[in-house]
Amino acid sequence: MTVTASKSHYQSEEFARRLRGRYAAERNFKIAGIAALALASLMLVVLLTSIVSKGYTAFQQAQVRLEVTLDKAQVEERNYTAILRQALYAQFPQITDRTGKRTLNELLSSGAPYELEALVKQNPAIVGTTQTVWVRVDDEVDQFVKGNFSRSAPESERRLNDAKIAAIDAMVAKGTLVQAFNTTLFSAGDSREAEQAGIWGAIVGSMLTLTVTMLLSVPIGVAAAVYLEEFAPKNKWTDLIEVNINNLAAVPSIIFGLLGLAVFLGFFGLPRSAPLVGGLVMALMTLPVIIISARVALKSVPPSIREAALGIGASPLQTVTHHVLPLAMPGILTGTIIGMARALGETAPLLMIGMVAFIVDIPHGLTDSATVLPVQIYMWADSPERAFTERTSAAIMILLGFLILMNGLAVFLRKKFERRW
Amino acid sequence: MSVQTQIHTKPQAAARTAPAVPNKMVARDVKVFYGAKQALKGINVEIQENKVLALIGPSGCGKSTFLRCLNRMNDTIENCRVEGLIALDGEDIYGKGIDAVQLRARVGMVFQKPNPFPKSIYDNIAYGPRIHGMATGREELDEVVEKSLQRAGLWNEVKDRLREPGTGLSGGQQQRLCIARAIAVSPEVILMDEPCSALDPIATAHIEELIDELRENFTIVIVTHNMQQAARVSQKTAFFHLGDMVECDDTEEIFTNPRDERTQGYITGRYG
Amino acid sequence: MQITVLVLILALLTVSGYQMGRSRAAASVGGRLVELHSVPSYHGFYVALWAGLPALFLFALWTASEGWLIMRMVMSALPDRLVAGDPQTLNLLKADILNIAHGISTGRDVDPAVTAAAAHYNSLRAISDWSLLAIGASLAVAGLAYGRQCISPDLRARNRVERVVNIGLVVCSMVAILTTIGIVLSLLFEAMRFFSVVSPIDFLLGTHWSPQMAMRADQVGSSGSFGVIPLFTGTLLITAIAMIVAVPVGLMSAIYMSEYANPNVRTWLKPILEILAGIPTVVYGFFAALTMAPFVRSIGHSIGLDVSSESALSAGIVMGVMIIPFVSSLSDDVINAVPQALRDGSYGLGATKSETIRQVVIPAALPGIVAAIMLAVSRAIGETMIVTMASGLTANLTANPLDAVTTVTTQIATLLVGDQEFDSPKTLSAFGLGLVLFVVTLSLNMVALRVVQKYREKYD
Repeated sequence: MTVTASKSHYQSEEFARRLRGRYAAERNFKIAGIAALALASLMLVVLLTSIVSKGYTAFQQAQVRLEVTLDKAQVEERNYTAILRQALYAQFPQITDRTGKRTLNELLSSGAPYELEALVKQNPAIVGTTQTVWVRVDDEVDQFVKGNFSRSAPESERRLNDAKIAAIDAMVAKGTLVQAFNTTLFSAGDSREAEQAGIWGAIVGSMLTLTVTMLLSVPIGVAAAVYLEEFAPKNKWTDLIEVNINNLAAVPSIIFGLLGLAVFLGFFGLPRSAPLVGGLVMALMTLPVIIISARVALKSVPPSIREAALGIGASPLQTVTHHVLPLAMPGILTGTIIGMARALGETAPLLMIGMVAFIVDIPHGLTDSATVLPVQIYMWADSPERAFTERTSAAIMILLGFLILMNGLAVFLRKKFERRW
Repeated sequence: MSVQTQIHTKPQAAARTAPAVPNKMVARDVKVFYGAKQALKGINVEIQENKVLALIGPSGCGKSTFLRCLNRMNDTIENCRVEGLIALDGEDIYGKGIDAVQLRARVGMVFQKPNPFPKSIYDNIAYGPRIHGMATGREELDEVVEKSLQRAGLWNEVKDRLREPGTGLSGGQQQRLCIARAIAVSPEVILMDEPCSALDPIATAHIEELIDELRENFTIVIVTHNMQQAARVSQKTAFFHLGDMVECDDTEEIFTNPRDERTQGYITGRYG
Repeated sequence: MQITVLVLILALLTVSGYQMGRSRAAASVGGRLVELHSVPSYHGFYVALWAGLPALFLFALWTASEGWLIMRMVMSALPDRLVAGDPQTLNLLKADILNIAHGISTGRDVDPAVTAAAAHYNSLRAISDWSLLAIGASLAVAGLAYGRQCISPDLRARNRVERVVNIGLVVCSMVAILTTIGIVLSLLFEAMRFFSVVSPIDFLLGTHWSPQMAMRADQVGSSGSFGVIPLFTGTLLITAIAMIVAVPVGLMSAIYMSEYANPNVRTWLKPILEILAGIPTVVYGFFAALTMAPFVRSIGHSIGLDVSSESALSAGIVMGVMIIPFVSSLSDDVINAVPQALRDGSYGLGATKSETIRQVVIPAALPGIVAAIMLAVSRAIGETMIVTMASGLTANLTANPLDAVTTVTTQIATLLVGDQEFDSPKTLSAFGLGLVLFVVTLSLNMVALRVVQKYREKYD
């Protein structure tokens, strides 16, 4: 192991060979890193593609054009079904038998009469006239028009029989059956019939729930952070609070659901399925997130600011409210938005407190029964119909849209107000 | 500008007067840039075999930067660019023939703060020989470890606790462990970046003695803030100032008879 | 209705209290503000607090006790034949009264006495709301008057207001503690009731899980068995699959991002992981059930394996994908905390980058990485939606990842979703499971957070 020996070692053929092996290992390691990231990206792409490819068609809905004669007697009897059917039969004068007519009946959405009724209510003057209206078709017809059902399968395995397909093809050829923007999706509540189901009820539910969450968790969270960061003495008690907050942030969300069920529903007797309870549960869940991010924001305000304020005779509280909090605000805001985004996507605890009920009406208040967007997705995902799969994917796209918007806002705020001390 | 030319000619003159000592490393017109900022403005130094070269100068003068060029540690820093020629045994270390990994095995480094790996004392020393495949068997490795620790003057203190973590040693012991770790791979040159700045005076004295002993087998370049230390341990001294090498000569010469007034100002303590 | 009015009244009185306090304080010194002990706005806050706080306390106390009190009064007015039953039927009865009172149909034939009780409940409730409005409003007015009367130049308004604010801050910081206590108490309380029916030994060591209980004594069917071992093995199986996906991928991503990628690449790569982290679990569940499960199944079929349509494998893989960003961001933190000096030491000896990472950086970061993995495991154990949507409900005691298994969280979710009788062992068993889940995840988290903290201190 003399110097001369080592010199020959590093310049030896053996060392060179070994070095090549080491560099190969280096390359493989680096490739493993790239592969890991590529895999993660691939999963993201596959996930998004599978959802978009399944869901984008839900933004369109097949509609049929009918010339309806709003006969006064029929309107008074509220027999809108008959009015629609007559208009539909008129398009197929060659079909006269009962089975054929029943086939035609099944093409229309069961919600179409209500649509027509709403139209008449809105404008009573049209009674007695003939109007051109567009009404939705049944979800299976809609799926067929979108090409989601195979034509080539034997009739017995198909959802639509030959007669229906013939009728649909005829209407498509005539231009009376077309796809249009699916407004129902954005304006209706839940429904058992896919073509009448919408996410507006869930969106309103989500907004109500998030409002409660925000009103509770933001003030309490910021106040707790201010206390812990600015006023609390450093002792066992505050250590306990700190450990507790960190642990609470990692408690599974479903446990918060159990808490809500036992305490808010069981003990306080608050109504099931209400955005109020959902908001309370979510507030408790997001509280640690907000406290932690607010503390980080407060910590980043340099002590010199506090010293300056205290030095000119401000009380500690004035120092915090006048100087520290405004400077920490962008950070707190960013943390809040991220916490709210997480709450918006959360499902499990809301299942526990009954927000998973089938609710057709749009909720109007904090104690109305409601559901939220992710829970709506969960419920629709259970429905076997192809049309619901499509709508589930569309609802996911909308949910992701909201999340991207919120996170984008957080990033924007962080970039805009980022300050280096 | 006359000063500049003087620097350029000076080392060559020294080499002429003492042809018996071969140059281990040579730096010619070395410039270093961090992004757009120039840190070194054309350095020319000869590093003679089995001697200690001390690099002195006020902080931020580029002496550590220059040291890190000598074993291409600057490669690990993003947007750092090195120009000029640095040769080890007449071979350009930034050239195609030499690989950074191989170079760093031949030109070892000891850092400012002792940085033992979070491993046992034994594994700290064995790390280098293992990755370079220098020891073929268990016994050979044991021998390398023992020999390195002995050379670093640490063997007697740690021989009974080789399996204990290196981070459990005292600061001075940790630094000697790092020196032992560096000599375990049998480098030809050892670079030391202010190796005593984090140590107490007794530990510093230990390391200085060690450096003097190591000179027998290795060529050593040491960066130091402490001029007494430079005077004690080195045979050659180079004075750096604002990215320039102002002068380089025998240590005695620099400390008793500096040619440049900046050197004089620095060693007499007018700035630092 | 009354509550909204009360809230409005309170808001109005508080705001006017603030204005009143300000102007009165200024008037009390004839506009020479320097003679005041505190600036006028503090006097304003002082009066506002007097107007708002007492009424707010009353409001909180009232709403907390109201439901319970009214229910007691309603029950005591019920005919004896209805109240004679055991606590379980009593609770059912209470739920019925509440439902009818809220206008929700119970879907059963209802005793007229119960309907009457519901009406009684509603009338009591109305009385309660009106009296709350009256008492609350008068309390606020009285507080306002008192606070206003207290104002004088010497009033130490600032100190008093600050003390109240300080107490408020302390109370807010206690909410987190209260939440934990609430979780522990509610889980313990309900789980105790469960364990009074099913012995904890049978629960923890039983190997058969089928929570269906006969509703009536004469009904045919199982008496329900609550052995959680199959749920544990199912949870562990899915967690293990998730970790096999998430740990290598997450760790290698973190290593590549922190050691190899240049800042430019990093700004592109980071958002990918952040998006993965931000996707709601219900979306992963949908993806697992609709895309991953058929894919795994068809792959299995093509190589001649029989894969269940709700296999543990597909749920586990998707859960692993969900946890990748979690592992990678936590490992990224700990890897970045390893001092550069250690890397330099290794490079200085002639080690390559990967040798440095594998033999110096990773061992140095190991405690932190282990803690990160523990947090990830705790996250996987507690994850509900993916497994609920993709792993099925059959409690198989199996280690075969191609079979359907069920997990603790899935069972909690399914036991408590839909129509439920609140006191049956079936429903209560969810709390037993919740308690186990809470204890397991809490211990994992506590240990992991401690390790992370120790690790941070070491390199700070």
